[in-house]
Amino acid sequence: MSGPLLKLSGVTAFYGAIQALKGVDLEVAPGEIVTLIGANGAGKSTLMMTICGSPHARHGQILYDGRDITALPTHEIMHMGLAQSPEGRRIFGRMTVHENLLMGAQVVAMRNYAATRDMVFTLFPRLKERLTQRGGTLSGGEQQMLAIGRALMSQPRLLLLDEPSLGLAPLVVRQIFGAIRQLNRDTGLTVLLVEQNAFQALRLAHRGYVLVNGAVTMAGSGAELLARPEIRAAYLEGGH
Amino acid sequence: MSATNVAPTGTDDPGSRQLLRRISKSVAGGNPFADAALSALVAFGLFAALIGLRTDSGPVGLVLTPRPWALAGWVGAVFLVRLLVLLWRQRTRPAQAYAENRRLAEGLAHLSRLLAPALLLLALALPSFADRSYLDLGVLVLTYVMLGWGLNVVVGLAGLLDLGYVAFYAVGAYTYAIFSTQFGLGFWTCLPLAGALAALWGVMLGFPVLRLRGDYLAIVTLAFGEIIRILLINWASLTGGPNGISGIPRPTLFGLRFDASGGPDTFAGYFGLEYSPTQRAVFLYYVILALALLTNWFTLRLRRVALGRAWEALREDEIACRSLGINVTATKLTAFAIGATFGGFAGAFFATRAAFVSPESFTFIESAIVLAVVVLGGLGSQFGVVLSALVMIGGLEMLRNALSELASGGYLGPLGALVPDPGQYRMLIFGLALVVVMVLRPRGLVSGRTPSVALGRRREISAELVAEGRG
Ligand SMILES: Nc1ncnc2c1ncn2[C@@H]1O[C@H](COP(=O)(O)OP(=O)(O)OP(=O)(O)O)[C@@H](O)[C@H]1O
Ligand SMILES: [Mg+2]
Repeated sequence: MSGPLLKLSGVTAFYGAIQALKGVDLEVAPGEIVTLIGANGAGKSTLMMTICGSPHARHGQILYDGRDITALPTHEIMHMGLAQSPEGRRIFGRMTVHENLLMGAQVVAMRNYAATRDMVFTLFPRLKERLTQRGGTLSGGEQQMLAIGRALMSQPRLLLLDEPSLGLAPLVVRQIFGAIRQLNRDTGLTVLLVEQNAFQALRLAHRGYVLVNGAVTMAGSGAELLARPEIRAAYLEGGH
Repeated sequence: MSATNVAPTGTDDPGSRQLLRRISKSVAGGNPFADAALSALVAFGLFAALIGLRTDSGPVGLVLTPRPWALAGWVGAVFLVRLLVLLWRQRTRPAQAYAENRRLAEGLAHLSRLLAPALLLLALALPSFADRSYLDLGVLVLTYVMLGWGLNVVVGLAGLLDLGYVAFYAVGAYTYAIFSTQFGLGFWTCLPLAGALAALWGVMLGFPVLRLRGDYLAIVTLAFGEIIRILLINWASLTGGPNGISGIPRPTLFGLRFDASGGPDTFAGYFGLEYSPTQRAVFLYYVILALALLTNWFTLRLRRVALGRAWEALREDEIACRSLGINVTATKLTAFAIGATFGGFAGAFFATRAAFVSPESFTFIESAIVLAVVVLGGLGSQFGVVLSALVMIGGLEMLRNALSELASGGYLGPLGALVPDPGQYRMLIFGLALVVVMVLRPRGLVSGRTPSVALGRRREISAELVAEGRG
């Protein structure tokens, strides 16, 4: 395969006068799981949102599949085969599981809807049982499954996941991570994963980046990063 | 238990402060008589001047007429109502009340499935048995139903709080008024025009407010409504200023007019009927009924397609919508435009029915009433709009008629003075009804939301059944 699927070079992003990203370089190759770890407020979510054009990068360039998407409006970017499950799940609480999934399929032809939905159901059988339940009444784990399932409904090539393990019990986290691994292995889906749960994320991912204060300070394969003493000290202390 | 333990005993706690303390103690202790007496006291304070005194114009300026009976009646009524409410509440425990409320919600949801077709049949058949005054009332209610349905797209589905909806009503009305009187265009030609121009204004309003939500949006839309009204007053060369435009032609049925001339181009003449003004009233009734049903049909269709679903999603979470590739700008603008179109249709109808438009018909209170109809019905519920328009507009009007009959009929003897003059109290009753409904059913009369897609049997999900636990 040629070239990376996603390539950021020298990307900066601002919230008003606050600089949240300070020149980020990052690459994701097709078929890879790449994880981004970092402390609270490091700019991980900002990076995910900047890829989607909200906020837009002020400097630098974002290439997706060889195309420059830096200045495109969000809705156009999301039509190109990217999907994001944003931080905090953000499912539609008053709408049913079914409607949430339909919302995810908004950008693609309805032709493939049934097949994609079945794929999501094999991944998360729980969603199938809860199809007519309102999103807001699902348990936290089910909501997370729905958020990922909804993102998958657009049949993306690149899936951006922002903290899918947030607030979930270890067993459910393992279930979600298992699903990500299965998707990647079976369908070749490329995943960029933001995680606080550094240990599990690095074990899952092919490669990882460490973000500190809006800049990448370390990069390497998952195993490599796991072995580094400074990573152990900063992110895995007292961990698993 | 009696009302006397409110009264000061005089010896042990003389000061008014102690009295208050005693009252609040027995109120807090759940003594319903004490509570009701306190309510009556508050009512007395409120009503002493408002109801107890009336100003009449005497030979020199105004004279004050005391009305002790009216005052006593109202204070007594407050006491009784409060007492009954409290006794009723003591009878039912909170858990029981919850279950009751829940049963009521389910009942209403169930009822709506049966009631909606029944109401539709009734609406279709109304002209065959109702007399002229009920027809006019029907037209009034249907106008508000139509406006409510139009606003429901913006507020109920897309969640954009619009306090200036009357602006689109005005644009529609003036479009027809101007095009018909200046260019001699007919109603059916102008109707789409009125809708289109209102939609244009909707988009024009939409652009500047795209980034606003909630309270901020509400304020700007409120201002927008006022701008339109002031424009209408001041652009006198086009709009006739405060005098408005009169002599607006009536609609025709395939070119047939409704008047008494009896020629072959009139409805009565063509069909060889005796002319009667009721014919036009019936025709107007069916026009607004058709327009309202069109609005409803269109909205119900929209809810099932991607756009309608995107509106509802937008109301819940804009960021999530963006991340799913929804063009938030376009989605909001279409909501404004479509809602405005329906407002424009209703406006054109208003102009042709009244044959006269003036800026006075398009004040903020109209926006408020339409919004109240939507909110009372339950945001986003089409059937709720019908119910609340029936109750708030139709019911109120009937109450008003009944009251004036009661007051003027002399059935009550001296107590007739207690019956308020319904014309003056219309907004008061409207407000009271609003408060009562909102207290009893905080999410509106029909608070369930029907999913836009269903698997097999459609299931209504009542708002009361589920506590939302959003992450
Ligand atoms: N909308 C905003 N306006 C202003 N500042 C913001 C905004 N969103 C984020 N920030 C700031 O940008 C910085 C990066 O935030 P971001 O949400 O990207 O962090 P994060 O790495 O995702 O943290 P966490 O692990 O807690 O989710 C923080 O200092 C934050 O305060
Ligand atoms: Mg974050």
